[in-house]
Amino acid sequence: MSQYILRRLMIAIPSLLGISLVLFVVLALAPGDPFGDLATNPNVPPEVQAALRAKFGLDDPIYLRYLHWLSAMAHGDWGFSFVSRVDVDTLILQRLPTTLYVIGSAQLLALLVAIPVGVFAATRPYSIFDQLANTFAFIGFSLPTFFTGILFILVFSVKLDWLPFVYSEVPGTGIPWLLEMIRQAIMPVMVLGLFQAASLTRFVRSAMLDVIRLDYVTTARAKGLGQTKVIVKHVMRNAMIPVVTLIALQMPAVFGGAIVTEQIFRIPGIGSLLISSILANDTPVVMAVTFVFACLVVLFNLIADVLYGWLDPRISFR
Amino acid sequence: MALLDIRGLKTHFITDAGVLQAVDGVDISINRGETLCVVGESGCGKTVTAMSILKLIAMPPGRIVAGEIVFEGRDLVPLTSNQLDDIRAKEIGFIFQEPMTSLNPVLTIGEQIAESLRRHEAVTKKQALERTIEMLKLVQIPNAEGRVHHYPHQFSGGMRQRVMIAMALACRPKLVIADEPTTALDVTIQAQILDLLQDMKERFGMAVMLITHAMGVVAETAQRVVVMYAGKVVEEAPVDELFGNPGHPYTQGLIRSIPRIDLDAQHKTRLETIAGSVPILINPTPGCRFAPRCRHAMSICAEKEPRLREIAPGHRMACHLGDAS
Repeated sequence: MSQYILRRLMIAIPSLLGISLVLFVVLALAPGDPFGDLATNPNVPPEVQAALRAKFGLDDPIYLRYLHWLSAMAHGDWGFSFVSRVDVDTLILQRLPTTLYVIGSAQLLALLVAIPVGVFAATRPYSIFDQLANTFAFIGFSLPTFFTGILFILVFSVKLDWLPFVYSEVPGTGIPWLLEMIRQAIMPVMVLGLFQAASLTRFVRSAMLDVIRLDYVTTARAKGLGQTKVIVKHVMRNAMIPVVTLIALQMPAVFGGAIVTEQIFRIPGIGSLLISSILANDTPVVMAVTFVFACLVVLFNLIADVLYGWLDPRISFR
Repeated sequence: MALLDIRGLKTHFITDAGVLQAVDGVDISINRGETLCVVGESGCGKTVTAMSILKLIAMPPGRIVAGEIVFEGRDLVPLTSNQLDDIRAKEIGFIFQEPMTSLNPVLTIGEQIAESLRRHEAVTKKQALERTIEMLKLVQIPNAEGRVHHYPHQFSGGMRQRVMIAMALACRPKLVIADEPTTALDVTIQAQILDLLQDMKERFGMAVMLITHAMGVVAETAQRVVVMYAGKVVEEAPVDELFGNPGHPYTQGLIRSIPRIDLDAQHKTRLETIAGSVPILINPTPGCRFAPRCRHAMSICAEKEPRLREIAPGHRMACHLGDAS
């Protein structure tokens, strides 16, 4: 098992190298660079501009610049943000907890809604409950988060004035701080969580329905185990295998979706960092954040595979 | 008194095309310690009859619309699924057709056998494991102590069917219903499984309801035989009587379609078949359901449905042939 994980991590290295190369080239092809402002600034003489560009190697051929970036990364130097005037890794580490807090809560909410609703709907297919659940799920994933986000802000912040619509640094400590952190996270978590829950509910329901009519479920019924035990021990245990895999594989997409939500609610997370650094031509930050996303994709793929093998005894790690 | 007495059972399925009358007035009774075979082609209602006993059919769309299923003097039809749970596995065990798909792939076979013991008997986890190993030894699974912790995919088809038998018999039921237990297995394994079933039956003194479409299996194992066609019982007799003196044209056809090694070699005759196939039981026509395929069909067959009548002691059939009345 540990050998399998080690080997998978080794295989991940070339793919991460490939991803970083593509990212680097695409960013290099994009117009503008961190010193774009200097060119239009009349206070900076052209000689100084040229000297600075030469110092940071901005006019080197692209392969040299890539190798330069790569060796710096390998030494743990993630670069320097010209806009924020701090190291990129410090910047990312500052922003990451907020993102993890919001996304983690949203994902938890999605699971807490989707699994019971999906399981219950599948045990009573075409009942009133099932049809209601299906309808809400359909509406839920048809509405994009940038729409529901603004709708929530309009209703709960502007009209009702219950919740703040700008996420901000909360001063203070203790219980009031905690309550305020929860209060301002409610809307983004609801928007992101319910969107996730909608598609997950449908997936859980169909996974359950796939299993519920299988022969071994009838075998379990013939043992007189009772409906609850049959559903939990025999149906859910099997139906959750694809669901868990899907959740793990979806995590990178959830981070991507969070970019939009973070932007709407002004959450100072890693997604809004990416957007603002793209707008400010802050290349080192863009490069680092996209690379972190790439690592997340690779990591969650590995997690999905390991979970799959752990849940299904028919799969062995070789 | 019979152990199980099914009277006038009608199990119907509501489909988009109409009401499918899968089982339409079936009477079957099984005595204690008896082996009863239920034979007939695929789609003639054998499995649905058996599944109806413990309400294992999907409801909806399935529904028991009429009849009684009396087990040890108690009618099972009005019982809820919860009430039936006390009878399932404890009083009536079930062996299914497909050993490959009838075991849960993510639980060890030990867990699957033990959970039935733990549900019905006051045993500790350890006692349940010991009983499970004992059952595995009884069904002749080598190295039972080690194999009990294995998953179904680590067993061959024949071994899985042994596991199924161990599971069905773990609580010592009074009746075991085996739904085509050998159909999915190859011939040598079939014989082993049938022997094992016979052996277990003698050891525990239980009654067996064996559902099959293989007349060869019937001849080897049954004491009494019920022949079903299109959701109805068409003939019922002790096994010798049925093979020696088959009354219903359908039974005769089934018996003629058994390959006979002694005749074929000398005469190079083609194996006989019954032309046509089982009718779809949505809005069935009045009269005898076998009439369209029957070589002896008369005008009355299309008009009047034949009733089961006794033609010899213990031998009943539903056919107008030789009916004086």
